[in-house]
Amino acid sequence: MILRLDDIKKYFPVRHGFLQRKMEYVKAVDGVSLAIKRGEIFGLVGESGSGKSTLGYTVVGIHRSTAGKIIFKGEDLATRQHMDVRAISRKLQIVFQDPGSSLNPKRTIRQTLELPLKVHRLGTRRERLGKLRELLQKVELPEEYLHNYPRALSGGQRQRIAIARALAVEPEFIVLDEPTSALDVSVQGKVVRLLLSLAKEHDLTYLFITHDLSLMRNVASRVAIMYLGKLCEVAPTSEFFKNPLHPYTKMLLSSIPVVSEEEESLKPERSVPKGEIPSPVNRPSGCGFRTRCPLAMDICAQEEPRRTLVNEEHEVHCHLFNNSRIKGDYDWND
Amino acid sequence: MTAEERALFKIRNLCVAFDLFRGTLPVLDHVSLAVRRGEKIGLVGETGCGKSVTMKVVVGILPIPPGRIASGEIWFDGTNILSLHGGRLQDVRGRIGLIPQDPSASLNPVFQVGTQLRDAIRYSHRHRNLSAKEIRRLAIDVLAEVGLPDPVRNLSNYPFQLSGGMKQRVLIAMALAANPELLIADEPTTALDVTIQEQVLRLMREAIDRRNLSILIITHNLGLIREFTDRVYIMYAGQIGETGSTRDLFNRPLHPYTKGLLASVPKLTGEGVPFGIPGTVPDYLNAPSGCRFSPRCDRTTEVCASCRPEMILIEGEHRVACHLYKEEQEDDPQAG
Repeated sequence: MILRLDDIKKYFPVRHGFLQRKMEYVKAVDGVSLAIKRGEIFGLVGESGSGKSTLGYTVVGIHRSTAGKIIFKGEDLATRQHMDVRAISRKLQIVFQDPGSSLNPKRTIRQTLELPLKVHRLGTRRERLGKLRELLQKVELPEEYLHNYPRALSGGQRQRIAIARALAVEPEFIVLDEPTSALDVSVQGKVVRLLLSLAKEHDLTYLFITHDLSLMRNVASRVAIMYLGKLCEVAPTSEFFKNPLHPYTKMLLSSIPVVSEEEESLKPERSVPKGEIPSPVNRPSGCGFRTRCPLAMDICAQEEPRRTLVNEEHEVHCHLFNNSRIKGDYDWND
Repeated sequence: MTAEERALFKIRNLCVAFDLFRGTLPVLDHVSLAVRRGEKIGLVGETGCGKSVTMKVVVGILPIPPGRIASGEIWFDGTNILSLHGGRLQDVRGRIGLIPQDPSASLNPVFQVGTQLRDAIRYSHRHRNLSAKEIRRLAIDVLAEVGLPDPVRNLSNYPFQLSGGMKQRVLIAMALAANPELLIADEPTTALDVTIQEQVLRLMREAIDRRNLSILIITHNLGLIREFTDRVYIMYAGQIGETGSTRDLFNRPLHPYTKGLLASVPKLTGEGVPFGIPGTVPDYLNAPSGCRFSPRCDRTTEVCASCRPEMILIEGEHRVACHLYKEEQEDDPQAG
């Protein structure tokens, strides 16, 4: 177990009302518990507004969690002190969605890639240059690009630079926040393949955040679905697609537009999606999905569904399964 | 060319160039397409392939200069749009509705939804001298038609109070309010989540069937094309590479680019991460004079780079612009 999230919450305060006196909270992440194994590619899927990116940002420390524990290699990051951040960030890196805005347009590639090395005081000037060359090689770009600005590069090439920047400090864990959704399909495959081979080569663990379930099918070892700041379902990928349980998972799977008959037959029977994701300020009582759920019952409005383990690795958060199966908690022993 | 004769809307050999300081970019290269009444047509291509330029020329929002229409015709119901000016042009264009790409950027944030919608209605029905009451009635009706909950209240909402899906519904309502005959939708659902996308597509399909409209939907999402359209045009770097009925094209893609594109989509069947297409889109400044896909094509021959492939009819409506199919119009040995 390299990373364990224990009931992580991230609330953003919003003030409004007369003289901004009323205080409310956007509950972007509202109690997520997960365990990610070393070397695995963990897929986190959700619609916009589900809190998946906020969770990723909280893990790498861009946001400080409101409550809960982030145990990374046995150490709780949630209580980290200012000075520890540097030590931790060497091990935890992030690749952002849009390389067009995550790379500073006024810095050359060399400046961009060298900064993390300088921050962490790694190597002499000469050693750093060698390291940069090696990094570009790793992401399959020519060395000459060191002196270019991001604008001279295509979208795919820029994302490779963003990946190289994350790799510069030799992390063990990388959060990939929609790393390919800004790219064309013909380029997407190559970038994902690169990420996979880098993971193998450097023994990396990924938290792969995306809204693309078809991509997850081919990339992740386990998949989690998030909705309104909470988990709906977590399962190993093959099980997840073979035997989806949560009504939201089914709704998502059935709405994916696919390109062949063969795939069409793999989708659960069509349930017409209704409604939209509610605001995380006024989340519905009980289960957050009940307002859109075709199978909502009375209890769904009253109680939050608990985590139910359908089998050892497949968990679902839904009242439909709450009483029928074993209620379990994670076995945290690694 | 029976398809073209019966067409409500057709583009013939459209060439558009951009005159920039560093040279002339011949972006659209002899683009031809046709939309018949009641048809749902897809125009597919990746970033920078010219699909949005095509849309902009049609609705007349291409900045000229730097853009320049080098040659070609755009016919709508028997009139060449490119030869019209002033009021006549406005009247023809009023019969073409546009659903823009990014719903958040397309509504003015400082005006209420109702104000913007009423402006659109007042202009598109300018020959009818509608009273304010009638306009309001029309606005409420059309918002109800696109399934916006509580249309009366939403008229006085500002765009920031609506979700992305609701904004897209308002924009669809705006396009429908003018009673168009053809809708052009530029990436109508890329900014939306899959569940909302499905709702919006369903709504568009219903509106199209009910009003017997034609639609040209421009997108890079092949799955959406497969589920939504009747016929497809595949565009690469300003050239149409292949066209045919959606079923033919997905079951038997012919052009190497179409095949590559279909193979690049990650599949639910879990066959692993696709390889994608090697290389990158050419710079238009140095685009090959022949087939622009030839530098990335694995079956390229000498003739490809120098000679522009003509559209070849394979069967039915399935046409491909590729030198591989020049002589033997038989099955491609590597099809599938």
